[in-house]
Amino acid sequence: MVASERRLGGLTLPAWQRLLTIGVVIAALVLPLLVKNFTVFQLTLVMVYSIAILGLNLLTGINGQFSLGHSAFYAIGAYTTAILMDRFGVPYALTLPVAGLVCLVAGFLFGLPALRLEGLYLALATFALAVATPQLLKLSLFEHWTGGVQGIVIVKPDAPFGLPLSQDRWLYYFTLIVLILMFAAATRLVSSRTGRALKAIRDNPLAAKAMGIDTALYKSLAFGVSALYTGVAGSLGAIVVQFVAPDSFTFFLAVSFLVGLVVGGVGWIPGALIGGVFVMFVPNLAEQVSKGLAWAVYGVILILVIYLMPTGAAGFVRLVAGRVARLMSSNR
Amino acid sequence: MDSRPLLAVRDVVVRFGGIVALDGVSFDLPAGRILGLIGPNGAGKTTLFNCLSRLYTPASGDVQFEGASILGRPPHRIAEIGIGRTFQNLALFRGLTVLENVLVGGHTRTRSDFFSDALGLPGVRRQDQDLARWAGEVIDYLGLGEVARRPVTGLPFGTQKRVELARALVMRPKLLLLDEPAGGLNHEEVADLGRLIRQIRDDHGVTILLVEHHMGLVMSVSDVVVALDFGRKICEGVPTAVQQDPAVIAAYLGTAKT
Ligand SMILES: Nc1ncnc2c1ncn2[C@@H]1O[C@H](COP(=O)(O)OP(=O)(O)OP(=O)(O)O)[C@@H](O)[C@H]1O
Ligand SMILES: [Mg+2]
Repeated sequence: MVASERRLGGLTLPAWQRLLTIGVVIAALVLPLLVKNFTVFQLTLVMVYSIAILGLNLLTGINGQFSLGHSAFYAIGAYTTAILMDRFGVPYALTLPVAGLVCLVAGFLFGLPALRLEGLYLALATFALAVATPQLLKLSLFEHWTGGVQGIVIVKPDAPFGLPLSQDRWLYYFTLIVLILMFAAATRLVSSRTGRALKAIRDNPLAAKAMGIDTALYKSLAFGVSALYTGVAGSLGAIVVQFVAPDSFTFFLAVSFLVGLVVGGVGWIPGALIGGVFVMFVPNLAEQVSKGLAWAVYGVILILVIYLMPTGAAGFVRLVAGRVARLMSSNR
Repeated sequence: MDSRPLLAVRDVVVRFGGIVALDGVSFDLPAGRILGLIGPNGAGKTTLFNCLSRLYTPASGDVQFEGASILGRPPHRIAEIGIGRTFQNLALFRGLTVLENVLVGGHTRTRSDFFSDALGLPGVRRQDQDLARWAGEVIDYLGLGEVARRPVTGLPFGTQKRVELARALVMRPKLLLLDEPAGGLNHEEVADLGRLIRQIRDDHGVTILLVEHHMGLVMSVSDVVVALDFGRKICEGVPTAVQQDPAVIAAYLGTAKT
């Protein structure tokens, strides 16, 4: 018999995970009612970044492909939404799937030539994508659509059905729904046949081929799906911030996603949430410590975090869970 | 009985720069047999395996499986026709558990895509359950039940080799390529492995191509033995005959190895 799963306090690991997930969802539902609008806005951005980081995690953590260019997909998602809303009057909610689809195709197409590149070379190619994107968005050729350097201002949507919610709170809940759907799908995906294939390619591409996995197809599709996630995040980000402009989507944003990925734990799906919190709040925190040296402080915090949690929050959580498990079994 | 061999290797030549790793090797492997492939280090045994897996393309010659050439197939379309393998130096998926590794072996026996898997549609779930059940059987068969949920890294070398074997068996191959399965095993384990290989052939009805340095093992389990040296076939025959063949003895003495 295949050994059954370990139990902890009478519950299996997946049962604990479900319980914890329900707890976090309840907290997420109540939280915006307790804090002021600006904090709600910040929490919404945390979720937006989390989705973007999740996209990167699917590519890097699950499939082993590097990207320093995910700001580009975030930008494509944001601009798709902005243009559709501003120029065509499309309702914001409908722009999300379109942005996702556009990024899926863009990511897949970028992933095809990227198949020839491994590791550092892929990192360089995606870096080029990241630095080119803001300039392309500024081109006067596209100015009619993109608004050039000025960017596009978007109207903030009201809560529908006469719900008694402020615009910020409504957007929070809207983003939360999208986030739950996307995390649920990602969780399913990584534990499925497709997810195993992606991880097999990450761990040993030759053996993966020998198992009958079409590595080229899976790798480019992983790029597409990763871009879809980050693109939907960009789309949500545009609606939440009510504004898109080329300089919001620089290489720095791509690096922020990478930071969030590493802090949360490479390959661990819930880690993206922790990464999102870090990316959103730690720069602010650093600024409060010292205005002039904010980025130096940020750097110190980052190094400390990596020093204390060398495998990100994922490893830390595993460590704590292991300790708790041992304590509980020794108490019995 | 079908007179056509399951596997036919025809004048296969493989070169790496100046080295001729395989120099016109030919042999047939009839269905249901165990063929032992021996030869000193660097004789070209793994290179031949890599041709069968389509990781290498021969400069000339042909490899036919069930009467059809496989050379037009990309590497990822070899498993689906029923050729499974293990690797000389472990090639497990190091980030996965034993069970997950074995499940990957079932990739070609199942169908799904990103969409159906992300939504967890009933069809793919049922299929995954069926695969998990079959994988569980194979895991039990190879005595890996205790470690099924453990990460593969950190398991003893011999256990990891058995995980590779399980991964290959889950695919339900017609032809199983085993590259030095006895590597790193002790005397007793080698004897167990010999019994296991024959048992796998009988229980799963697979044809086996076995590369092995452990002469006792090869000679006891193989129906036929092919000996290579410097990329050439120097001898082919029943184990007792190959063992006494002067060319084989010379090849092994010449390299002064086990
Ligand atoms: N990818 C490669 N590039 C260059 N040379 C190679 C490559 N693969 C194998 N060779 C060479 O081809 C020859 C045959 O190697 P191969 O690995 O097939 O030997 P082998 O019979 O499996 O040996 P061993 O018993 O040591 O595993 C050797 O000289 C080896 O150095
Ligand atoms: Mg070898």
